[in-house]
Amino acid sequence: MKTTMKEGFDLAMMRGLKKWRLFSLLAALTIFLSGCGEEYLSTLTPAGQVGRDQFNLLLLSSAIMALVIIVVVIIYVVALVKFRRKKVGEDVIPKQVEGSHTLEIVWTVIPILLLIVLAIPTVYYTYKHADVAAMDQVDEEGNKTNVTVNVTAKLYWWEFEYPDLGIVTSQELVVPTDQKVFFNLKAADVKHSFWIPTAGGKMDTNVENVNQFYLEFDDASASLEQGVFYGKCAELCGPSHALMDFKVKTLESDDFNAWVESMKTTQNVATDDLATEGEEIFNTSCIACHATSGAGTTGGVGPNLATFGDRNRVAGFMAHDEENLKKWINNPQEYKPGNLMPQPEAINDGEKFSEAQLDALAAYLMGLSVEK
Amino acid sequence: MSSIAKKKGFGATLWDYLTTVDHKKIAVMYLAAGGLFFVIGGIEAMLIRIQLAQPDNDFVSAGLFNEIITMHGTTMIFLAAMPILFGFMNAVMPLQIGARDVAFPFLNSLGFWLFLFGGIFLNLSWFMGGAPDAGWTSYASLSLASPGHGIDFYALGLQIAGAGTYIGGINFLVTIINMRAPGMTYMRMPLFTWTTFVASALILFAFPPLTIGLFFLILDRMFGGNFFDHTMGGNTIIWEHLFWIFGHPEVYILILPAFGIFSEIFALFSRKRLFGYSSMVFATVLIGFLGFMVWAHHMFTVGLGPTANAIFAVATMAIAVPTGMKIFNWLLTIWGGSIKVTTPMLYALGFIPSFVAGGVTGIMQAAAPLDYQLHDSYFIVAHFHYVIVGGVVLAILAAVHLYWPLMFNQMLSEKLGKWTFWFFFIGFHLTFFIQHFLGLMGMPRRVFTFGADQGWDLFNLISSIGAAFMAVGVIILVVNIIITVVKNVPAGNDPWEDGRTLEWAIPQPVPFYNFKQTPLVRGLDTFWIEKQEGNKEGMTYAEPLSDIHMPNNSIIPIVMTFGLFIAAFGALYNGEKDWAIPVIVLGLAITLGSMAVRSIKDDHGFHIHKEDLMNDKGGK
Repeated sequence: MKTTMKEGFDLAMMRGLKKWRLFSLLAALTIFLSGCGEEYLSTLTPAGQVGRDQFNLLLLSSAIMALVIIVVVIIYVVALVKFRRKKVGEDVIPKQVEGSHTLEIVWTVIPILLLIVLAIPTVYYTYKHADVAAMDQVDEEGNKTNVTVNVTAKLYWWEFEYPDLGIVTSQELVVPTDQKVFFNLKAADVKHSFWIPTAGGKMDTNVENVNQFYLEFDDASASLEQGVFYGKCAELCGPSHALMDFKVKTLESDDFNAWVESMKTTQNVATDDLATEGEEIFNTSCIACHATSGAGTTGGVGPNLATFGDRNRVAGFMAHDEENLKKWINNPQEYKPGNLMPQPEAINDGEKFSEAQLDALAAYLMGLSVEK
Repeated sequence: MSSIAKKKGFGATLWDYLTTVDHKKIAVMYLAAGGLFFVIGGIEAMLIRIQLAQPDNDFVSAGLFNEIITMHGTTMIFLAAMPILFGFMNAVMPLQIGARDVAFPFLNSLGFWLFLFGGIFLNLSWFMGGAPDAGWTSYASLSLASPGHGIDFYALGLQIAGAGTYIGGINFLVTIINMRAPGMTYMRMPLFTWTTFVASALILFAFPPLTIGLFFLILDRMFGGNFFDHTMGGNTIIWEHLFWIFGHPEVYILILPAFGIFSEIFALFSRKRLFGYSSMVFATVLIGFLGFMVWAHHMFTVGLGPTANAIFAVATMAIAVPTGMKIFNWLLTIWGGSIKVTTPMLYALGFIPSFVAGGVTGIMQAAAPLDYQLHDSYFIVAHFHYVIVGGVVLAILAAVHLYWPLMFNQMLSEKLGKWTFWFFFIGFHLTFFIQHFLGLMGMPRRVFTFGADQGWDLFNLISSIGAAFMAVGVIILVVNIIITVVKNVPAGNDPWEDGRTLEWAIPQPVPFYNFKQTPLVRGLDTFWIEKQEGNKEGMTYAEPLSDIHMPNNSIIPIVMTFGLFIAAFGALYNGEKDWAIPVIVLGLAITLGSMAVRSIKDDHGFHIHKEDLMNDKGGK
């Protein structure tokens, strides 16, 4: 493999770390920290290069800071033990020292050196993680070499459009492993922030401009406890900010391509009677806002439901079962206050959906799938 | 004067406080009002921690939770921490520099009433349709979208309170520049005066951006402006810039006086001159200066681009250097000293490790790429509570104990004081240390609940238990204050025995004119110098006993403020109620009218005659 300049820099940095004799401290920190949190959610178990870079920066900065703390604590404890009034005597007047130029220089210069050690990788990674030049790269045939996802954050759900692939989905981001995935981020109503803690840091979705960055994913998420990574909204966006979760499914290249193909050709046909009945209700009450085909572009009023049956959650945060789905449909405001889905009365002739209607709808929605 | 004052009835005392321009009485009012808001903010904090004690809790609803966090942050910063610090500045700074009052006593009163009415206005939102719910940062897209009047209360209330802070800041600046006693050169000023000076300068430059931002918000929400509405050509990022150009220096406005208080405490209770005084002064000024260069580190994830992020990252790291200087100077102050662990000293000793921990996590967040992970997670919540609680609040609690005898001629119970400390200190670390890890484990801030499948349950519970400890600490403090006030045992002069600065040299209770004769300052730690030379009076005088010119009390400040308070209700209901515009006009008329009265009517103050001074043995 060709060693690029950046990788060389990473290596040099690691050597530099050793030189500073922080390595053993780092190793201890790594073990301690990775014990914290769930592997599908924690920043301490990075799932891709961006997250790993940032995790390494966490280790480096923690180590430097630990060093500072140790020095402070030693001076502090010794002073406290040695110079208590009980020890030095009630009537002793200590020498009124003015200060020390030598010491002032020592504790000015050493922190500056420590900060330089931290500042260099900081600046390096700041540029590295903002580098989206490869976003528009094309191969000989003119096809994009990397996947780009247009993320639109809405109250309180996420839309993921793949502009080069002509497909759109929501609530569950599906991305290939082993390549940079580029993101165009925007908010449709108020500001949100797009965060997949395991994959890397967050980026705000502003209302007036598109932000760009990239993330990388090492392995397929299928091996995780629930088969998905967790994604979060990190910017206060209203009452249901806490519930504005999404999930991330990472697939090997081939699987990803297969998923894209089935998205492009989604044909969700209700298979049994109950689901057919559900489809009819859906077509009168829901379809104005919810699309059920994966082929398409951004701009859905409500989340695209082409992959609903494949999903991990109902409404982004409730366990994925028919029970919750029915509760959700009949009272979205109770479960996600402030969200924009109409209450059933507004779309079902002024009444709640009946239990039979709900059963039918649930059967239909759970059948919407591109993976089965 | 003094004997008459003591026999006043309740009504007269109330009138005295409503009209007073005496910096010591205004200090007491700042302390009382700030203390009340601190308790309110604390109750809000407890509600937050109860809600988050367990997953999927429904103790408060989603919307109410957002109102609580918004009011908790806003109250603690604007209505508790800053006013309480203003109280101590008012109480102590003029005495430290040998002044009889601040430069503009009338404005001092006006500043206080503006703060109080602004705070009351803001809190009235709870009873008038709901509190603000867009966070204390009130980011524009959300604050414009927020229904109801909550955000209007926020914008108008902070505008009024902010004006008070601004006036106070200018007043302190002018006082320190002009009112120092003979011999009190800049480089002889106690560190608390220095930090008051620099913090006031920060107020001078930091509050205008907030004022502008709030006016834009007021215009957008109540008068059809479009400064932040991007669909009409506005831009929400502008709010973020304006807010943080104010917001970051605000952090230093809070922490610098805290540094000043601890500098006083370390020297006093180590019986030793502050180590590296001149570098401490230099570091204070440098921190104040750099504080304006780093606001965008609050906005690393906004998408400002790598160059802006890199510059602000490195600039932010630079602040660690002068702050580190301070830490080491404090350590070297107690090194070789004679440490007496009183309650204030206990707080100072607790402050060092707490603040260092808060400082280093600040540096970690200065590393922009790392901040992409930490930003808006519980890590940042932990960080700023380590700085604000571990720095500012510990300083405030220390100062309550330290300056209580100076302000009230009573000693708070040392025993209860230490109980307060240990409950508060342990509770504080229990609450916030673990939040660093919650953040690293992926928990975003400002979430009203969390699912049980995310591995955050235990740490959140521990955090909530810690909060209960802090509450117990504060309750003990309140009990301590009540007992002390009821007992009312005079503390006398130089109650800590090792007082170094001028304020401890004044006979207790401090006479309302502070100094019978203006003192002559002969060096840093002037009281210490006099004591070492065997001067029983504790002061050398710069002038013979003569008449003292004092300002008259005035009811105008409170009337002037009340006008703005009324006008704010008009603005709030503009376009909704018919009476809105007339009410705005009425309110502004009251304010402008009282300004006119103040300008036209001469008020020359009064003189205390030499003969009366000679008979006065001190007293209020």
